[in-house]
Amino acid sequence: FFFRFAAVYVSQKISKSRWRPVSHSSLQQADIFATGSWDNEDNKISFWSIGSHGSSGVEDGFEGDPQLLCEHKHDGDVLDLQFLDQDRIVTASSTGAVTIFRHHQNSQTISVSQQWARAHRYPSDNAPCTGVVCSSPEIVTVGEDGRIIVFRADQEGVIRVIDNADSSTIHAVTYLRTTEILTVNSIGQLKLWDLRQQSNSPSQILSLSGDRVPLHCVDRHPNQQHIVATGGQDGMLCVWDVRQGSTPFSLMEAHSAEMWEVHFHPTNPDHLFTCSEDGSLLHWETSSQSDIPSFLQGGRNSSMTSRSAMAPAGGNQSLINAWLSGDSSKGRLETTHMLPSQTLSVNSLDVLGQCLVCGTDGEAIFVNRQVPV
Amino acid sequence: MEEVDVEPAVTNIPAASSGTHLGFAWGPGDILVYETLYKASGKCTGSGDIHEVRKDEDIYSPILRKLFNESHHIFVGLQTIREDLPSKNKKPQFVSISKNYRSVIRACMEELQQVVSILLAIELIWNLCEVLFIDAAPAGSLLLHLLDWVRLHKADVDEKAREVLQSESPAEHRDYWDVVVSYVLQGRLEEARQMLVKQATLQPAARKMYKQMDTLNISPGGTQTLTEFDVKWRHWHEEVDRCLQDNSFASNKHLELICKILVGDEDTLLEHKDLLSTWYHFLVTRLLFCHPTVKPTELHYYAQSCLTMFLDSRSVPEPLDSILLAAFEFDIHQVIKDCSIALNNWWFVAHLTDLLDHCKLLQSHNLHFGSNLREFLLLEYASGLFTHHSLWQLAVDYFDHCPEFGRVYLELQIERVPLDTERKALKVLRICEQRQMSEQVRSICKIMAMRALRNNRLGSALSWSIRAKDAAFATLISERFLQDYCARGTFSDLDLIDNLGPAMLLSDRLTFLGKYREFHKLYGEKRFREASKLLLSLMTAKIAPRSFWMTLLTDALPLLEQKEVSHHIQLIYSRLNCLCVSISHLDNVVHCSLHFSAYL
Repeated sequence: FFFRFAAVYVSQKISKSRWRPVSHSSLQQADIFATGSWDNEDNKISFWSIGSHGSSGVEDGFEGDPQLLCEHKHDGDVLDLQFLDQDRIVTASSTGAVTIFRHHQNSQTISVSQQWARAHRYPSDNAPCTGVVCSSPEIVTVGEDGRIIVFRADQEGVIRVIDNADSSTIHAVTYLRTTEILTVNSIGQLKLWDLRQQSNSPSQILSLSGDRVPLHCVDRHPNQQHIVATGGQDGMLCVWDVRQGSTPFSLMEAHSAEMWEVHFHPTNPDHLFTCSEDGSLLHWETSSQSDIPSFLQGGRNSSMTSRSAMAPAGGNQSLINAWLSGDSSKGRLETTHMLPSQTLSVNSLDVLGQCLVCGTDGEAIFVNRQVPV
Repeated sequence: MEEVDVEPAVTNIPAASSGTHLGFAWGPGDILVYETLYKASGKCTGSGDIHEVRKDEDIYSPILRKLFNESHHIFVGLQTIREDLPSKNKKPQFVSISKNYRSVIRACMEELQQVVSILLAIELIWNLCEVLFIDAAPAGSLLLHLLDWVRLHKADVDEKAREVLQSESPAEHRDYWDVVVSYVLQGRLEEARQMLVKQATLQPAARKMYKQMDTLNISPGGTQTLTEFDVKWRHWHEEVDRCLQDNSFASNKHLELICKILVGDEDTLLEHKDLLSTWYHFLVTRLLFCHPTVKPTELHYYAQSCLTMFLDSRSVPEPLDSILLAAFEFDIHQVIKDCSIALNNWWFVAHLTDLLDHCKLLQSHNLHFGSNLREFLLLEYASGLFTHHSLWQLAVDYFDHCPEFGRVYLELQIERVPLDTERKALKVLRICEQRQMSEQVRSICKIMAMRALRNNRLGSALSWSIRAKDAAFATLISERFLQDYCARGTFSDLDLIDNLGPAMLLSDRLTFLGKYREFHKLYGEKRFREASKLLLSLMTAKIAPRSFWMTLLTDALPLLEQKEVSHHIQLIYSRLNCLCVSISHLDNVVHCSLHFSAYL
């Protein structure tokens, strides 16, 4: 089988790409995504459309080629980007600024809706803001200065700051529950923060036993809120159960360089996607019959190589045994490379329904509209 | 080294006032220029500005960025073609790669609003090189390829034809005959025939013309050998000539003209310079109707004479003309040299030379400075990329495939990449680590660690030291922690110290820090026996820094009040004796030892 990817070269290194959310009630497919660039003298955020399915106005050339709708200058590298709602995105900048941009669909223009200019900073210098997560109207950001900041859209000041939340750089943040967030840092720790508490300490700290490998990305299972996946400098995929113990559930060799992003599929969480500095994008699929996907069924120190696509095995092997034995031929985890050939670093990916978008340091955006989920 | 064939370009520096002296310094891709006085001392009344003169504007164009990125992808793919395949299997691959490069060029041309003649020229040259060198078409198919080449670069005929056909009465359109003649000149006889059909009134004469056109085969097909084809072609040629001689088309000057073209009459061809528009079109047309079995080695005779005939005495050959001529002469080196001079950017010569080198078409003589031509050009191109704030990442792969000097170039250049964010530093580090450039790894980590330390981000600083396995820096960081503790009485950044893990072993000082914190924790949990045991081991293991001995002794004091640890305290006391002996000049320690003895 062959993955149909539409590729477009965009003359800017893409640091982030995110689908615009679609409402669950409508049967709408993903059609618009936003990207942010980095390492340019003039960085940009851009909105793109892949056109709705079955549209009659399909032009010459590859169906589904992304079309640029509009773009706007961005001060500093776009280190993270999230949709706040249908019309607004929040960006984290290398200048330490947090900015809300509004996409005006009728005129296809973009305007700055709100900005906190030096949200993250050092006493005498800028500190890059490295991650942002939002649950409208609340926005939480983290940065190289080790701060966690809580904002509300449409409120000017800052709602809450946790100074020195971390003595090292916080690379990413995600919501665990509506009042709890998770951060990952460059000394390999996962920290849970309960925003209802006034204390400036995390409610829990988890880390790998062994080397303190920096963690770069984190994502929470869409249905089971205690299950979390992380990726870091050594390219390993770790899955954690934050209720149990302080070390990961399972470890899998995934990439040969930094893993930049990990995403559970939002509606089909038997599928997981990771992308890396080594230029690959992996699709992890479990074919377990039970409610809990096999890669969540435990197994410490099992490393499964994931370079080749493995056929799912039949048979009645207990899944836990398969994990602990580390025997990939008995495993029911299938991993495939999605991109047709090696590229420069894949910095970001997002998946919605059957659509996947990713951006690379080779200044290309890839879109796949037929992800087998 | 030969002399420069062209005058160097002059760049005016508008901001500098005229008549002043200019000083300058070379940079990797630019020159810094400043006003100065050419005297030993004195005050310069100049503006005090520094001007940056950039050599290459192309790499800053967004459209050409796509060219650089896409061609990088093709380049890397080319380098990984297996060497051990027999060359007959590789040729189609090389041709395909050549076509890929050309399609990238054409894609760029389509995007640019105005026609960029330089891209057109590049594609024209590359296409010819592909036909002559890479595909290496033999006599027979050579002509077919050349016809394709000319047709690709003379697209205006189709536009005109469309206009004519869409008009009310095509046969009376003013461009009608121009279109027919152009088709004939390009060897597109079927299309010429279809246009002629519109000339209903000329049925009788035209029918004969059709017959002549029909029977012309342009090149041997199927099992026909070159000789067989040649015989048939000569026969045809004689027929057409006979038609001319017996005035078959005298009634219609247009058809007679076409007949003269078919017979290859030079004067007639030259009368239509405006339709041919270039000497190389003239060349190919002439070959088509006079020497269709031309051999590659014979090309340059015809090329030279066609160029001379086509250009009248007033016009001078342009750089493009001499490049094409050199190609027809199969002088690859001359083509590369002329292109290097004529073009602003190394992109074209670097990629083309690399491809030709893979086809084993370049002689391997070395240049004066050690590397061969391919490597020299790639190094120049990649060095140019490295000066770009964003395209430096592409350059890495090019350096990787320059076996002689690539690594050295990369080592020198990679340290100059500005590291504004941790994310960028991580990417640069990954490049260095993958190539075992350990010195650069250490240097980059040290820069980042120092920066973190200055901003009081001790955890980040430690993270960088761990990455570089930099024991000295880890020691420095530990000293900071210990100083902080001495100053404030508590530890900062407990989340870090409590979770050092195996990183603790990176340096003695760091180990001490971790263990010392552990001592405090044990004491806090009232596990005094273990605490004192730990304290003792810290003192005996000689990893405690000298400056800290005082603090350790002070920490030991409260333990003396705990009954269960008297044995340990005795040991501490005896240890203390040793300490006193070795640092007896420290009054404080002596004073402290008196305290101890009071307890025992």
